[in-house]
Amino acid sequence: MTDLNRRDVLSLAAAGATLAFAAPGWAAAPAAPKRLVVVMLRGAVDGLNVVVPYAEDAYYEARPTIAVPRPGAEDGALALDDHFGLHPALAAAMPLWRDKQLAFVHAARPPDPTRSHFDAQLFVENGTPGKHGTADGWMNRLLAALQGPHGPTEAVAIGPVLPQILHGKLAVSNLPLGPAAAKPLAIDKPEVGGLFDRLYSANDPLGRAWREGRAARTELVAGLPQEEPPPEGGAAPANAFPAQAGRLAHLLTHDDRIRLVFASLGGWDTHVRQGNQTGQLADRLRPLGEGLATLAQGLGPAWNDTVVVVISEFGRTVRENGDGGTDHGHGNAIWLAGGKVNGGRIYGEWPGLATARLYEGRDLAVTTDYRAVLAAVTGRHLGLSDRSLAQLFPGFSPARSDLDKLLA
Amino acid sequence: MTLLFGMLSGAFPAAAAERVSDKQAIQILDRLGFGPTAADVAHVKAVGIDRYIAEQLDPASIAENPELTARLDAFGTLKLSPVQLFVEYGPLRPVNGVKPSPDEQKARRQRARIILQQAQDARVLRALDSRRQLQEVMVDFWFNHFNVFAGKGLDHLWIGAFEEQAIRPYAFGHFGDLLRATARHPAMIFYLDNAQNSAPGSKGPGGRDLGLNENYAREVMELHTLGADGGYSQDDVIALARILTGWGLARPNQKPPDGTGFLFDASRHDIAPKHFLGRDIAPAGEAEAVEALDLLARSPATAHHIAFELARYFVADQPPPALVDKLAARYLATDGDIRAILQTLFASGEFRASLGGKYKTPYRYLLSAERAAGVTVKNPRPLLNAMARLGQPLYGCQTPDGYQDTADKWLSPDATMIRAGFAVALANGNLPVGDDPAPAEMMAQPVAAAIGRGGKREPVEAAPVERLLGPVLSANTKTVVAEAPPAQRAALLLGSPDFMRR
Repeated sequence: MTDLNRRDVLSLAAAGATLAFAAPGWAAAPAAPKRLVVVMLRGAVDGLNVVVPYAEDAYYEARPTIAVPRPGAEDGALALDDHFGLHPALAAAMPLWRDKQLAFVHAARPPDPTRSHFDAQLFVENGTPGKHGTADGWMNRLLAALQGPHGPTEAVAIGPVLPQILHGKLAVSNLPLGPAAAKPLAIDKPEVGGLFDRLYSANDPLGRAWREGRAARTELVAGLPQEEPPPEGGAAPANAFPAQAGRLAHLLTHDDRIRLVFASLGGWDTHVRQGNQTGQLADRLRPLGEGLATLAQGLGPAWNDTVVVVISEFGRTVRENGDGGTDHGHGNAIWLAGGKVNGGRIYGEWPGLATARLYEGRDLAVTTDYRAVLAAVTGRHLGLSDRSLAQLFPGFSPARSDLDKLLA
Repeated sequence: MTLLFGMLSGAFPAAAAERVSDKQAIQILDRLGFGPTAADVAHVKAVGIDRYIAEQLDPASIAENPELTARLDAFGTLKLSPVQLFVEYGPLRPVNGVKPSPDEQKARRQRARIILQQAQDARVLRALDSRRQLQEVMVDFWFNHFNVFAGKGLDHLWIGAFEEQAIRPYAFGHFGDLLRATARHPAMIFYLDNAQNSAPGSKGPGGRDLGLNENYAREVMELHTLGADGGYSQDDVIALARILTGWGLARPNQKPPDGTGFLFDASRHDIAPKHFLGRDIAPAGEAEAVEALDLLARSPATAHHIAFELARYFVADQPPPALVDKLAARYLATDGDIRAILQTLFASGEFRASLGGKYKTPYRYLLSAERAAGVTVKNPRPLLNAMARLGQPLYGCQTPDGYQDTADKWLSPDATMIRAGFAVALANGNLPVGDDPAPAEMMAQPVAAAIGRGGKREPVEAAPVERLLGPVLSANTKTVVAEAPPAQRAALLLGSPDFMRR
């Protein structure tokens, strides 16, 4: 049985669950949708060691033990231009840069200057910097602004919980993409699932979550290939992102309904011994670069209709601290990748690392509001109107900048 | 005790005249504990709600379940001090200048897994079987408030010790004591990087230049005490980091003053005067941090922050502001007496009016399902795996904010599927929780090796579960269950939307 047939059978079997979404035309979503994948690096990745300003002595003076060496040195930065270099652990992403499908916007973040991870992440997700109480997230508002019909697998959060960025009125899905993602559950059996459908028939938050979950299982999980379980006692990979990216590519190439994807990776809060060209940070960056490359390859032609945004809540101090690490800072780099990204260049105004230019004398200043980057992506790539943009980011209107050229 | 009852009167009818409904008993057990069992419902009905609350607030007065005590006795690593744990299970040191091989270190690390496993097993068994349910609830609450992550560096050695030594003894005590105990515990000092926080210009091993590390100083204000909007500045973060310099761990070549492993290293302490939260802190070495922590513990912002968190945990995701203010006032009037604050909370009309309205975290859902099913859990591994699958691995929260307990964090499409799948597996006897746990050497294998062993258990009988949960079931759930094949009924009850709330 082909994947498609199998899915049809399962959809039919779960008709009770899917009826609620049988909005006319939903199944006939336009082919080759434009897609946005947001990867959030929770914990504030050290952007100055990701996109390294190797041409500035101030960088090396501020970071005697953790600086990434200049291009040309052993394990040195991979030159992006005559000022910036990429962390060598991200070598897997360099072909994307050379193909002009990878770009960075440096010295960006949400405009609220908080150094609290949790507030800053909330502001990245709710799209209302400085305001805690916003009930929904900007990706759910984005979904509402896109042309319908809408369905619960149109936006997918990878992982067992639903992040703030996707909270909101429109139905969404979440699923972890571990090796056991396609493992059947007892409730997949119609005689069991049907009874639970009746239990969860109410139009309340639990009932809605139930129906969204059923849709995710019948539409998404059913399309994933069954994998051999990892060998008993075998070591789990240090970071599962490349494998997840492969499964995500499979999902996206087999299901045109998915338009928005969110994933998050942790472990970037490197206060101690973060390392330089090797070490803790390098070990976390490597699978991220490999995952991006896997996704680009796995998507094939669909890569041309995909934009990946990699974002973190804020940057880290310019100077290394007493423990070979960095503390909470301000400006950071936002990464953009995709077939139609006008890549191979660094966007944004670079404020430099001269002490007088630093925010509060210690951090990379912010010259780009992260909303301007997302506005460029949603406007140019997803065709969002200025009016819709105002719903995404209330009170924000982007000024003209070089970001207008971010997408081909 | 008279005083206690006096304060609680008014919340519920006096015990003598009180007739407690099954529904009230279930709802109280869902808030003060990890959900109803038939025996606990009978107990609450027998003694009344006021008396049950008073008992639970005084755990020493409750005779512990002897089988649980015997089980816990076998968890040897929970009785060790941080120094003993390091010596017994920590990284191998060179002997006569010969470094241990990578294989030897790996075997050592493998052996140390027993610590996390015993801590997890003990936590789950206590939550399931302890008669001191509120104590286990408060341990979970405070652990998340002062979260440390077992996956960070040496903290896998100290995760159980942290809970035993810094959380559990103070769960009903004064907040200031709890704060100090966590601040001095190696697990926290290591987790939030204060171990190496040093005066700029001081020298470390090998003459390495040391300097400030802001991590703990920031998080202790943002998360543990004042709250993010608690009125401190970046200058206060730096001042507190300087106050905390030298507040760290004994290195293997330094003799710690006691088994805790805590050591104040004066040579790394910043001796300059500091200005912190509008006050001058005179140079006083180790005592400066004690003074600063005391200042934080007594702050009205801290009182409000703790009051808000308790009200959110015990009452509603968006707690009534008037209740938060009342609890904060109680905090300030009693020098942060946690038991007194809880008395006020449980006696409040807001608490009573809120029963049944919270969505269960994965931790609470899984524990309550086992309790309601009446299954004797000998091997908690399947429960621990389900917690991880639902995004709440025990001792596995990487970030210092700990696990939240609000619906917006946990209610998700995938969660509803996995919970229902768990309910079916539990009801059908497909979770090997009843098997004897693997022997210690087996348990030192990766978790994957320890699950899925063992055969089927007897399915859970539906009738007792239905009798127990009946009073809190909706009409729809009752109808669906009544019309379902008998073999599916227990699963439907344990996976019902009604059972997801407390």
